[in-house]
Amino acid sequence: MLLPLAIFLIVAVFLYRGLFLNPSELPSALIGKPFPAFTLPSVKAGEPAITQADLLGKPALVNVWGTWCVACKVEHPVLNKLASQGVVIHGINYKDDTAAARDWLRDFHDPYQLNISDVDGSLGLDLGVYGAPETFLIDHNGIIRHKYVGVIDERVWQQEIAPLYQAMVDDQ
Amino acid sequence: MKRLFASLCLLACSLMASAAIDTYTFDSEAERERYRSLTEELRCPKCQNQNIADSNSPIAMDLRDEIYRMLQEGRSNEQIVDYLVARYGDFVRYRPPLNPTTFLLWYGPFGLLAIGLVVVVFIVTKRRRANVSPSAQALSPAERERLAALLDKKDP
Repeated sequence: MLLPLAIFLIVAVFLYRGLFLNPSELPSALIGKPFPAFTLPSVKAGEPAITQADLLGKPALVNVWGTWCVACKVEHPVLNKLASQGVVIHGINYKDDTAAARDWLRDFHDPYQLNISDVDGSLGLDLGVYGAPETFLIDHNGIIRHKYVGVIDERVWQQEIAPLYQAMVDDQ
Repeated sequence: MKRLFASLCLLACSLMASAAIDTYTFDSEAERERYRSLTEELRCPKCQNQNIADSNSPIAMDLRDEIYRMLQEGRSNEQIVDYLVARYGDFVRYRPPLNPTTFLLWYGPFGLLAIGLVVVVFIVTKRRRANVSPSAQALSPAERERLAALLDKKDP
């Protein structure tokens, strides 16, 4: 009887696929939608408030981070490297102590062009952020094109984000 | 070992007890009930097998605050759920909506039930057909002779 073998094979295919799925990864509800409107202060003292209009013009990564987030520390050198290669990165300092964030940017280098300070997490909520680090990829019109949850390392950048970013830069 | 186990149990209990103590005050019992049903029906995006009411993660606390705020503003349950779905996707609903991506989820069980019924009907009719013709199971004269011979041999 071939039936048990067939059932086994079908189950095996599903279980095998399951090995490579990441259940903590949520598809963002904001893909294809404009970046939510906001007006928030800069992390840096004496700089003017930042709005969504400041994100327009160039494709960019928008990185959600906090000094309380251990994984962000792992990600930070990668962002520094990308910034030095000319990738536009903006930072959202999410639910953090601003003084600690300033120290962090001073001590570990600042890869961000805009440093948005989201102390009470309101922009994070509008973005559907549920942890850190999270990184959004927006195009020059400020439309969210992709979201990556977790640490961006060399492999993630090369395989997942760089092709999308490059396509948007070429498109512009 | 026993003591370790006991202390682990205690630890688990204390974590559970502190999980969902929030100090919200409601104007009415009905509003408290709405808050309770909403936080139980919405899923925490971070710790995915818990609802917002049970979860102790920072994002669940924020979402409880947010739901409370919206209730105070007088928004309807539907508006509150839509607000969260717009940010976190259908994923946050423990009661998913009916749309093409969830057809399999909603109708899949009925499909499996139908397959089960087909299999049962198949097996039953097969058995019944086998029972209807007992003559097929009866021995032919040649076989009967052989059986008698075998029995004779065994019992000298």
